[in-house]
Amino acid sequence: MTALAIHQLEKSFGGLRVTCGVDLAVEPGERRLIIGPNGAGKTTLFNLVTGELRPDRGAVALFGAELTRLPARARAHLGLSRTYQIITLFPKDTLLRNVMLSLLGREKRRWNPLLRLDAQRDLLERAEAALARVGLSAKARRPLAETSYGERRRVEIAMALAQNPRVLLLDEPFAGLSVDERKDVQKLLAGIPRDVTIVMIEHDMDVALDFAEKISVMHFGEVIVEGTRAEVVADKRVKEIYLGE
Amino acid sequence: MTAIRVALLAALAALIAVPWWVPGDYYVSVASQILIYAIFALGVDVLIGYAGLVSLGHAGLFGLASYTVAAALAGGSGQFGAILLALAVALAGTAVFAALSLRATGIGFIMITLALGQIMWGLAYRWVDLTNGDNGINVASRPMPFGLDLEVATNFYFAVLVVFLLALLAAWIFVHSPFGASLAGTRDQPRRMTALGFHVWLIRFFACMFSGLLTAVAGILFVYYTKFISPPSLQLTSSAEVVLMVISGGSGTLLGPVVGAALVVIVKNVASAYIERWNMLLGAIFVAIVLFMPEGLVPGAPRIWRAVLRWLRANPAAAKGAAE
Repeated sequence: MTALAIHQLEKSFGGLRVTCGVDLAVEPGERRLIIGPNGAGKTTLFNLVTGELRPDRGAVALFGAELTRLPARARAHLGLSRTYQIITLFPKDTLLRNVMLSLLGREKRRWNPLLRLDAQRDLLERAEAALARVGLSAKARRPLAETSYGERRRVEIAMALAQNPRVLLLDEPFAGLSVDERKDVQKLLAGIPRDVTIVMIEHDMDVALDFAEKISVMHFGEVIVEGTRAEVVADKRVKEIYLGE
Repeated sequence: MTAIRVALLAALAALIAVPWWVPGDYYVSVASQILIYAIFALGVDVLIGYAGLVSLGHAGLFGLASYTVAAALAGGSGQFGAILLALAVALAGTAVFAALSLRATGIGFIMITLALGQIMWGLAYRWVDLTNGDNGINVASRPMPFGLDLEVATNFYFAVLVVFLLALLAAWIFVHSPFGASLAGTRDQPRRMTALGFHVWLIRFFACMFSGLLTAVAGILFVYYTKFISPPSLQLTSSAEVVLMVISGGSGTLLGPVVGAALVVIVKNVASAYIERWNMLLGAIFVAIVLFMPEGLVPGAPRIWRAVLRWLRANPAAAKGAAE
């Protein structure tokens, strides 16, 4: 069964067609890279998949389960997680609190007004484990505002992984990182087990091309080329887009 | 941490001892009024401080509870029945209020709550058959829980104190719970919270209900306190006053609304005996708070205290001069 199946997805903002009949099929365990110039509709595609935007036409399915009409919050419960291109975390809270909120999102306990959150030992331990996974154990109790940009990127990934997603959408996880930070994140992503399917948007070709098995190239809201690294790099249209020949 | 605990215990002891250290029944009543407004302000703070939603219509809900008690008693209901009915009516009112206002956040939320509050005020003013219009409704007597005569100012104060402490405890449990954390999350990053699987609208709705419950409790105590309710209690200025209590004391804290309520009620009742233009005094105090500690008195005072200490340490000469 296909992990993430997108069928003839369309979305327009007024007269601007940002997604024009996109078809995409990502297999379980696959690492898929989506590239394309600015404005190609990559992030919009993510927003359509997670439900933050409603498509005008088309369908999205996660392991065969139809998502198209589900609200965004319900999609998280089916095993869909994402990170954001522009970091959206809780700056006043500690790293631990950030990850605990993420864990809470998948728990019935999130509705409970009588328990003490800090007394939920299992949540604390799982949050600590998630931070250990991204190498941030030492800073778990620091407020997020005191961390560096690169560390915040890793917190984003820890929060997404903490939810045990089946499909993980990464929106430019390397954006704005230094060379060393890139290597850290790269190692971190390589360590994610294959029961998590990953779809990644990225501009940094050096890092991204190594990571993915299959690459989809988007341009003006369409997937114009799809294939392995060698196929995509050799494709004439890709060269035209990126080199302007 | 222990210093805070000692301070809190001292404050609690001072509250319990109020009838012995304030001069006379009038001031005991002022203390009751402070605690009633503190409960009201806690209710509004749940929305402002923890949900990030500013309501300018809460006096309408407060008045709904007050009027229900007064009208039920006037209609011949028992005290207990009147109180239960007031809670039920105010919560039902809050549910409608929340369902309508939560169609928006930010300025939109403020404007819808303002409009709803004005509607409640208009009903109190114009629905004369039920509310007696401008003349308001008198409440003949206070309840007698466990045979305790609440007509005595001291007894009434203790009853209010017990309810206040329960409300404060409930608010403390609420904000430290998983639900409280979810609510604070919807305040900071609603979009992210949705992606994490939270039902942002429903979380806000339940927060409104809890806020409405505290507001209703305050409204019920208030109508027994004044033994009278009339339309001005539901005015926009009443709603705004509570918002000012929350903001001046420190929104997003539990003690802030209590301190803010004390500030406003004391200036209104005590300072007004000495200064005719007490409104101006209150305004000046608010301006000073906004200028020097925009986060409110409770979070701001320790910050300024630390800054003063640091300055004194850096300028030992000045410290010496101050000591002499």
